[in-house]
Amino acid sequence: MSVADAVSRPTPGPSRAYQFPVFERLTLGNRLDLIVAPVSKLPIATVVALVDAGAAADPPGQEGAALLTARALAEGTERSDGAQLAERFERLGTALDSSADWDSATARITVTTERLPAALALLAEVVRAPNFPGREVERLRQERLAELLQQRAEPRGLADDMFGKFVYAAGSRYALPDGGSESTVESVDRVAVRAFYEEHYSPNSTTVIVVGDITVDQARTLVTDTFGSWAGRSVRPVAVVDRPAATTRIVHVVGKPDAPQSELRVGHVGVPRLHPEYFSIVVMNAILGGLFSSRINLNLREAHAYTYGAFSSFDWRRAAGPFSVSTAVRSDVTDAAVREILLEIDKLRDAGVTDAELTLATSYLDGVFPIRFESTTAIANALASLVSYGLPDDYFDTYRSRIRSVTAEHVLQAARAHLRPDELQIVAVGDPADVRAALEQLSVGPVVTYDAEGRPAS
Amino acid sequence: MQVPIDTFRLPNGLFVTLSEDHTAPLVAVNLWYHVGSANERAGRTGFAHLFEHMLFQGSANVAANEHFELVQRAGGTLNGSTWLDRTNYFETVPSNQLALALWLEADRMGRLLPAMTQQKLDTQRDVVKNERRWSVDNQPYGTWWEKLPALAFPSDHPFHHSLIGSMEDLSEASLEDVAQFFATYYTPDNAVLSIAGDFEPGEARRLVEEYFGAIPRGANRPPLPPMDLPPTFGDWRREVVADAVMLPRLYLAFRSPVFGSTDYYAASVTGAILGMRRGSRLHRTLVRERQIASEATAFTFDLPKGSDLLVVDVTARPGVEAETLEREVTTEIDALQADGVDSAEVERAVALIETDFVASMQAAGERADKLSLFATYFGDPRLLNEQVSLYRAMTPDRVNAFIRSRLGPDNRVSLLYVPREEGTESEEAAALAVTGV
Repeated sequence: MSVADAVSRPTPGPSRAYQFPVFERLTLGNRLDLIVAPVSKLPIATVVALVDAGAAADPPGQEGAALLTARALAEGTERSDGAQLAERFERLGTALDSSADWDSATARITVTTERLPAALALLAEVVRAPNFPGREVERLRQERLAELLQQRAEPRGLADDMFGKFVYAAGSRYALPDGGSESTVESVDRVAVRAFYEEHYSPNSTTVIVVGDITVDQARTLVTDTFGSWAGRSVRPVAVVDRPAATTRIVHVVGKPDAPQSELRVGHVGVPRLHPEYFSIVVMNAILGGLFSSRINLNLREAHAYTYGAFSSFDWRRAAGPFSVSTAVRSDVTDAAVREILLEIDKLRDAGVTDAELTLATSYLDGVFPIRFESTTAIANALASLVSYGLPDDYFDTYRSRIRSVTAEHVLQAARAHLRPDELQIVAVGDPADVRAALEQLSVGPVVTYDAEGRPAS
Repeated sequence: MQVPIDTFRLPNGLFVTLSEDHTAPLVAVNLWYHVGSANERAGRTGFAHLFEHMLFQGSANVAANEHFELVQRAGGTLNGSTWLDRTNYFETVPSNQLALALWLEADRMGRLLPAMTQQKLDTQRDVVKNERRWSVDNQPYGTWWEKLPALAFPSDHPFHHSLIGSMEDLSEASLEDVAQFFATYYTPDNAVLSIAGDFEPGEARRLVEEYFGAIPRGANRPPLPPMDLPPTFGDWRREVVADAVMLPRLYLAFRSPVFGSTDYYAASVTGAILGMRRGSRLHRTLVRERQIASEATAFTFDLPKGSDLLVVDVTARPGVEAETLEREVTTEIDALQADGVDSAEVERAVALIETDFVASMQAAGERADKLSLFATYFGDPRLLNEQVSLYRAMTPDRVNAFIRSRLGPDNRVSLLYVPREEGTESEEAAALAVTGV
């Protein structure tokens, strides 16, 4: 056989069945929820303490409190100071990752099974009884302010934050970064962190998720021993205002002088996670900009070479997170890239998708499902999303058939209902001298220019 | 933890490693070509990486962009990456799609050139230029990726030049370069193929033989120029970079034993002691106690030839001057060199490294990649199963021997990023100094 002769393209055999790891839900006497998923591939386990204490619960004027509270959990307890706690975790070969997203705070460890009992006891110590030393809270606050300062020179993060500010109405929690802005973080001191913790951290607002090389009985015993005597009062969930800032299209140029590229964000308020059309929207977005072979990436990258990559997403939150198209393009094609993005959105709404596009998206999302859950961390995060959004227990068992049942008609309906071209906010972080005039000529909406802190420029 | 490993070699030189795991119906295919930016000829910086992009532009029986589409339609994930001394391509697919993944890799290893066109090259050249703008030119501190190797390796050393490449060299790349690079380096005897996950070994071997067996061996692959370097720099070379950044940042690098050598593990543990997680020395002293830094990490490049680099990366807190940052980091390194580490620090570092390693082995793609790594660099994928014990064998004495010999002022290069003043050009503010010791 010569090299020029290829054997013919193979066809797949029958696929092997896959089941998302079986898990059990229990509630302890103190109303703390426990989820255990035994997964015995390797001698390792991940534990997530998921608390209903995300950024959505930040008190007005103290945005950033949820994130700082989560970050400060391991900065001191009655037994140990922050340096000692870090040492105690890390001698066990684990480190606490604690953070807050919009809807939840999480404190997470991954540890080899033999060290799990000691690590879980330590996790319980910091979640149940942090004492938030003033010096350490102040240091973490300064570190958050340093992040915000760095952001002014970092176009990706700056574009994301500015996009939130231009999409959501002033007063919406989503208009500010989840970690707060410079002015609000100034107000998050030790007293604010302590108060946030007292109001939102409680056994009845917490779910402990254990995934790994352990039985349900072993996990129940360990978690009961460590979290079972935690007492606390009831915690009420909070609602987020997700109103848009504008209902007309506006172009926002955020100045980054001498930038060789423009970071673009194009989008508007999307839909809440528990939307009935969730699966149609996921498939629609995959075709528009979710996959490498999506329309937007093939257009902006492979056809025009404007960019290294372009994608779209719906940011899923309990309330309506944003829909956005994201890319970074060479400065001199900023206007052309915006035009192509708007064209792709219009085309999808006008003519829908082909069968080939639909089956590419559905067979990808269906087929890749097991690959998303190879690690204890990935499985624990998936279970955390189940709790955080209030999804049903059979969600992962029915996911693939629900994806496969999405039709081209569903996609078209989702595009027409949930892509709203007239309301798109177009954000370009770049050099105004290079992009402003071209964007004005594009005539897709009024052009407003800002500095890197979001103040309108003269 | 032991990963099952089997190997065989085809008559054309392709080395194959297999690692079965039937816990989920998925399989990873991973191909390492022993070529990277080190193999580029003068005037063609960035070409190895540009060439990696061309491998996704189709082959004799695969249309442009069809590679991505076929794998994603099969329910798989995929990508490729280029490093100084290797380029890898990888897919994780449902296990019944193993044949597709192997066939795609074989078609582009055996029959890439019929699909290459000037238009595809021009498009990917522009894509890569945008990648350069995105990752280097328009990112704070983004130029460290090319400035640090340029400072740490002599100008005639294969690791000296930019991996992403200069705009000028990218512009010069031609279809003739593509054909020549392909013929020289993308041959079965210069590659390792790893398969990890849910497969039947007999069937996998049959597919590999069928798809890859007829691809001819390469010839006349030029050897790399001599890579060896003295164990230390001999001085402390310092470069100050004025850049569009808000806070000063210091990259401080030491020549360290090559990846895979016994002393490499001492360097790796030293990196973890200095900068892995919040209990590390630099985090504890500079971030927590003295509060002059907002972030502090340390890592090794993991280069198996010439010299490895151990790099310390510390960012100032707002209000802290670059000179203060550099002085304080230096004080910490000097203290480490003078006093050494104790067993608790070594145990902490090894425990963290071990957990990370075990956690990473959960993913079939990561297993396959590490099998390819040890097979490519050392001809022995079974080294994967020895990593944990090599780390556990580290003692304070061995770590301190490394620290004494390699962390002194005679073995340092540093890049100090400082915020650019309004109205000054970076060239004016930049300074280059060599400090003899």
